[in-house]
Order: sequence, then structure tokens, then C-alpha cells
Amino acid sequence: MTDVPVARTVSPDARPRLPRGVRLVHNEAQGGWVLLAPERVFKADPIAAEIVKRCTGEASVDAIVDDLAATFNAPRERILADVTAMLAGLADKKLLEL
Amino acid sequence: MDAATHGSAPRPLGLLAELTHRCPLACPYCSNPLALEGRTDELDTATWARVFREAAGLGVLQVHLSGGEPAARRDLVEITQAAHDASLYTNLITSAVGVTDKLLGGLSDAGLDHVQISIQDSEAESADHIAGYKGAFKRKQALAAQVTALKIPLTVNAVMHRANIDRIGEMVDLALALGATRVEIAHAQYYGWALKNRGALMPTAEQVARSTVAVEALRAKYHGAIVIDAVVPDYHARYPKACVGGWGRRSLNVTPSGKVLPCHAAETLPGLEFWNVREHSLADIWDNAPSFMAFRGTDWMQEPCRSCARREVDFGGCRCQAFALTGDARATDPVCHLSPHHAHVGELAGVQEDAPYTYRR
Repeated sequence: MTDVPVARTVSPDARPRLPRGVRLVHNEAQGGWVLLAPERVFKADPIAAEIVKRCTGEASVDAIVDDLAATFNAPRERILADVTAMLAGLADKKLLEL
Repeated sequence: MDAATHGSAPRPLGLLAELTHRCPLACPYCSNPLALEGRTDELDTATWARVFREAAGLGVLQVHLSGGEPAARRDLVEITQAAHDASLYTNLITSAVGVTDKLLGGLSDAGLDHVQISIQDSEAESADHIAGYKGAFKRKQALAAQVTALKIPLTVNAVMHRANIDRIGEMVDLALALGATRVEIAHAQYYGWALKNRGALMPTAEQVARSTVAVEALRAKYHGAIVIDAVVPDYHARYPKACVGGWGRRSLNVTPSGKVLPCHAAETLPGLEFWNVREHSLADIWDNAPSFMAFRGTDWMQEPCRSCARREVDFGGCRCQAFALTGDARATDPVCHLSPHHAHVGELAGVQEDAPYTYRR
């Protein structure tokens, strides 16, 4: 039952931010970017780190997608799908506020 | 994103800092050793600050400020500040008793990242009976309100056993009502004090089966609202837990007097030599202390672990449990159904005794 995904809509106007108690840090000994959360540590791949870095509470999802599409010269629709899926997953784990 | 793992050269992620063994509560499943360390042997503030700096240098990301009750130390704010200044993620593991509004405010200003409060039951009278402290339940609720008012994330830790396992649903509801974003359903683990109280704590097989179904239903019901972390209780499992994520692989534990242990129960094993932060750096201990070398990796294993496909999944289970139940610290954790001693675990899981608790004092 836990695997049943609950549809969480991510509005393009939402301004995602990390809540208190969740931090993205770079750590050489652990081999790169990690997301620190209550009693949990998640390894962030470079793409995930680029997305989370932009979740400052100021930029909208739309603006984040535009920025990533321009920075990495990638199709906007694909970036939008990736970003939306990742933000929804993080919010479900209480690692992000939307 | 996946939970972080390591290759051939493990670096620890977490440090459990047992700041003191003093505690106002007397829970009969306390993870502290039977021989509690006294106040006069405790490390001072400056030594803890050095340990935190050395831990960060070693790769540690999170420090769990624990005890005993950490608030029994008058320098808790300075200790927390030192951990924060060393760039560590700081987690306070507390009974709530002794954490005043003023203290919590100071901890928050010092950069505290997260608070975990233990709650003994969803019913006040039973909770206070288990904790051996009248009024504890009420104090925990008050602290939870103060934590969430400061927007510090809150985890409720619920240790489950025969007296409260039928109220898992009520415990999760309570955690949600208190504003927790995470709840740990932590079944009592039978070391130290809990081993002394095993017959009084052991749930029945029927209770365990019902609780497993209940947890799945709660996860579906509260998906996205609260994270529920739960595992099958040891004695009722088919495979052993990957104790501390593998010996000397992901975490270390510093006792109030500065001894560094691979896990909090490691002192129950015979013949291990523990080094102290008063005499050695943390990196030296992690890399070279005989206690950390003893069961690191897979070379120490015997059959059936040695040739098992899961040897790097669960690392043979728990060394302390293997020793406690078989008399051999290198044996397969007998929780594993492949262990020749597994039937004995099943027998022990069937022993329920309605004896009064032997409280931790």
C-alpha cells in the first residue's frame, strides 16, 4: 500500500523552499552533495543538487525550470517533468515546502 | 536520491554523543549500559567541542546529542553551539524532562536543527508508569508545542512493547497532533536493561502481526502528512537487521566518559579494547582501534554468513545479539532463519511474563 503514489500537484507558481532542519551541503569525505534531514542523509546526484540549490523560497517552479533549461541547454518540457516529479517526491518525504 | 552508502573506504555519517547517563526517567528498555557512568567521569565542554571538530573532519555529517537526558548537563547550549560551529547537523534526543522554555530558546539560537522526543504511550497514566516518572507525559506535550512554535522539525520516538503495541494507531495520531513530521515506531531491542526486562516487554506473535498490518494502513492513510519509520521487531523477524549499518562503517558512539564504541551495546562483548577521546583522535580511533577493526567488513565471518549473498546487506546482523544469545560474538545473529540457533529465538519470543519492570536507576 505504501507504494501507491498519491498525486501531489506542483503549481508552476509555487516557490519551493527547504524547511528548517533540511540542508543541502557539499562534503568531500562523503563524495559530493548531500541533503541533511531529521536523522536521515540523502546523497544528491548533480542534477538533484542543481534543482535543490534553486529552492530558496524566492524563485517559482516556472523560473527554476527556465533557469535550468537555459543553464543546461535542455528541452524545457523534459526539465519541467523531472523537476515536478522530484519536488513532489521531496514534499511527500517532508523535505520540501511547496 | 538514495540513502547515502559507501564503497571500500567507509567514512562515518553519524556520531551518537552520549553526553551523560544521568536521566530523570527510568524506562525499563533504556539503551544505556547496566553499569552507568557517573557525573564525575563526564567529558568537559572543550573536549566535546574538539570531538565534534574531529568528527566533521572525518566526514561525520550529523551529531545526535543524547544521553541519558542531555538536559542534565548545564553546558548543553555551549555543546550544541560547538557542534553547530563544526558544521554538524545537530539533533537533540530528549525525554523532555528538564528542557525548559529558556533552554530550548538557547538551543534554537545555537543552531539546533531537529528535536526527537520520546513518548512512552498514548495514555498519560500508562506512559508515566513505563517512564517511572509522574508528569512526564504532560511535560513531553508541552515541549512538543514549544518545538513546533519555533519551527524546529520534530520527531516522536515511540518505543513499542507488549504494554503499548496495541495502540500504534493512537501513537501516530498523537505524533501528528503534536505537529511531528516524523514518527519512529521503535520496537524494544533486547540489550542491557531491555534484556533484563525481556519477558515483561515481549509482545505476542499475534500483537506483532496486528501491528504490521496497522503500520501499513497508517502509512497509506497519512502519506505525505507524516513519515512513519518502522521495522519488524527483532525476535519476530526472518532476517537480522543491518545493525548500525555495519560495524565500523557508518556511525560511532562516544560515551559520557569519552570511550568510543562502534555501537552503544559494544561493551557487552568480551575482549574488545576501546580507546578514549582523551588519549586518541577520533580519526585514529576510527581507523586503528582494535574494537573498530574487530568486525569491520566480512573477513571475521563464519558460515553461514561467510558465503551468504546477503553478507553485505545485513553484515551478519548484530554482534551483541549474537553473543547474548549464542555465546559467540562471531556467530550469525540468531534472528536470521539460517542460523542454527534460530529456533531458540522463536522460543524466547513466546515467553511473556507479567512481572513488574526492573527500572533503570
